[in-house]
Amino acid sequence: MDLNGYSTTGFYDELITDAGQPRPAAIPLMDRLFELEQGEIQQRQRAAERALFESGTTFNVYHEEQATERIIPFDVVPRIIESDVWDRVEEGLKQRIQALNHFLTDIYGPQHILQDGTIPREYVDLDNPTFQKCMTLHPPRGVWCHISGIDLVRTDGDEFYVLEDNLRCPSGVSYVLENRRVLKQTFPRVFGSLPIRSVDDYAEKLLATLEHLAPRGIDRPQTVVMTPGIYNSAYFEHSYLAQQMGVPLVEGSDLIVHDGFVKMKTTQGLQRVDVIYRRIDDDFIDPGCFNPDSALGVRGIMDVYRSGRVALANAPGAGIADNKVIYAFVPKMIEYYLDQEPILPNVETFLCGREADCTYVLDNLDQLVVKPANEAGGKGIMVGPHASQAERDAYAEVIAKDPRGYIAQPTLSLSRVPTVVDEQLEGRHVDLRPYILYGKDIHVLPGGLTRVALRKNSLVVNSSQGGGTKDTWVLAQNGHATE
Amino acid sequence: MLLSRVANSIYWMTRYIERAENIARFIDVNLQLSLDQFTPSSDPWGPLIDVTGDRAAFDELYDSTTRANVMRFLTLDRRYPNSIANCIALARDNARTIRDIITSEMWQQINAMHITVKRAADDVIREDRPVDFYRAVKEGCLLFSANTDATMSHNEGFEFCKLGRMLERADKTSRVMDVKYFLLLPDAEDVGGALDTVQWAALLRSVGALEMYRQVHGVITPGNVAAFLILDRQFPRSLTHCLEQAQGALVHITGPHNGHSTAVQRCVGRLRSQLQFSQIDEIIDFGLHEYIDDTQTQLNKIDEAIDKAFFRFTPPAEDIFAQQSAQMQQ
Repeated sequence: MDLNGYSTTGFYDELITDAGQPRPAAIPLMDRLFELEQGEIQQRQRAAERALFESGTTFNVYHEEQATERIIPFDVVPRIIESDVWDRVEEGLKQRIQALNHFLTDIYGPQHILQDGTIPREYVDLDNPTFQKCMTLHPPRGVWCHISGIDLVRTDGDEFYVLEDNLRCPSGVSYVLENRRVLKQTFPRVFGSLPIRSVDDYAEKLLATLEHLAPRGIDRPQTVVMTPGIYNSAYFEHSYLAQQMGVPLVEGSDLIVHDGFVKMKTTQGLQRVDVIYRRIDDDFIDPGCFNPDSALGVRGIMDVYRSGRVALANAPGAGIADNKVIYAFVPKMIEYYLDQEPILPNVETFLCGREADCTYVLDNLDQLVVKPANEAGGKGIMVGPHASQAERDAYAEVIAKDPRGYIAQPTLSLSRVPTVVDEQLEGRHVDLRPYILYGKDIHVLPGGLTRVALRKNSLVVNSSQGGGTKDTWVLAQNGHATE
Repeated sequence: MLLSRVANSIYWMTRYIERAENIARFIDVNLQLSLDQFTPSSDPWGPLIDVTGDRAAFDELYDSTTRANVMRFLTLDRRYPNSIANCIALARDNARTIRDIITSEMWQQINAMHITVKRAADDVIREDRPVDFYRAVKEGCLLFSANTDATMSHNEGFEFCKLGRMLERADKTSRVMDVKYFLLLPDAEDVGGALDTVQWAALLRSVGALEMYRQVHGVITPGNVAAFLILDRQFPRSLTHCLEQAQGALVHITGPHNGHSTAVQRCVGRLRSQLQFSQIDEIIDFGLHEYIDDTQTQLNKIDEAIDKAFFRFTPPAEDIFAQQSAQMQQ
């Protein structure tokens, strides 16, 4: 295997310079790839996929009559991030998550940031029923967003940009951990020659973050992971995290509110639960408080939460801060609450709710990516340059009807990483989702989920739309492989 | 301390694995037996359907008990809830809901078996050497048990594994004995008469008991076979052994004195002491078939009692009362 014919033209490549040489950090990996005989890389690729399939690292896909389980396509060539670059990213993420948490405390309390007009009142959906119901809540230890995933992209060698904040139930961390396990089997020698920061302590850190929230005076709090159930597409992750933390995985029907506490139904009767890592959306968590039709949640759980006798992570209502309109104001929040310059820049964002922005967006739909403000998982996005005139026209009407519900961003030239295609390497676009835990202090998992658009020239990295994943290697300073 | 739903899944996961193993054993033995030209029975595959107790389900789907039909029905037919393929799929479904409780070794073993069975498809029946397939299933199930013993903490969840495995095994041993007995000896007074040793040996082999039987009793006689499979305390598939193990698991789960589960303890204790104080002559006088029939009824009662005590959660009565009075005060 070699780099003959490998093109970096037009895009920043994470591993290869414009002159066609491996970047210094990528040299041991590339040397190893060049040693491989014809066909060997595919063999390793298949072995890695088999290992993921056999360990059941799958997600559910629904079509026709049967649900099938699939692995998320996985590419064996990792992405490598140098130590100093990562340190800056880590600082930036900590700063951002702190600001977002301040914002949540403020917005559900005195609303200073709205009072003084730093964020115009009309951009926050204050009438939203979920928002209203969370108005008087005080999450334990003042933390709202315990587990977040912040999507980053790179367009050149200098800077990571924040593309999106995910504060509801960000998923994917299980793939980070499993990808690493499998890649260690795939390239054991390269791991020996590079100081790659370990991700293995994530479950430990997550458990500590959750236990930190427990009602005071409890020695070993009973912590659980709450899942919507086996048919949820992220079910693997829910059970994986519960298993890794050694805590029960519960469904709504396993819990009951009894004597003012949340309890679980066990073979020995009812047992009190102290901390719930819920992987179920606000709307479904308590039919008595939010969506009355939900069969997934637990009636009365919000009352127990309000009285401080159970902790929920993430805090109900935290999702209001990962709205794509609010996203545009996060740099301002950092200045406002922390009195600091933002370390990680936002992508330039046009708010259709502003008249001038809206006009610009409608005039330039063929250049822009337009997104609904309050959707997640790539839903409802229109990539202007790839859409037909008819699609753009239809979208323009939708925007005109509800301008405040949409934002637009320039089409980015996402960086690329060499990816195995047939017998050789080709550049494919990637993004990056690091995971941030906010407990006693803030911990950033070194690396995160690198999602890769496996189709040639595609910018879409979502797994539901043909995206795959790669392992992400964050290097430590030389000689400090595991910090 | 275990979620009721999880305890239910553990129990059924192990029961389904044990069931798959037993079916594979029966078929494997029958395959070898049917190759023997001295086989006396004209319908060597029909009894296998009777062992399952699902004759009606078979008749609805197939018109005759040919080798291919019976093998397909018991091995791969997804329309039949207790086929090997379904048992393993159900075991895996249960395992998926309790991935956080079982070890990765247990999960990977179930998952690997599921993949093997899915890939096997119809090849098993057409193929020249189906024996390899059934051996793989048996070994896969045993590997699951071994992984359970060796990697899972011997905690409450583990005891539910044991409970499920032992009750399923008791059920299958009693069924195989009943069917063979019933087919071969419709009249109780024939016991002790001229018998086809090949068939009785096959019966022993189908529950993996031939060598161990020989060590204890030597020559094959129906009374001794029945005594061995019902009363032998040391043989791991005998009814007595299974019930003793199940009772032990139950004590671990509930502790010796727990009002919550006395009904289960009573059911298991009753059957166990009945076995403990039985003599084979009495059993034969009573009628082997009748005795086994009664055992099966009791096994079903145990299963129901377990379901009620551990899986179907109802809040304790005084708590409901407390809730009601709290509501009235509001």
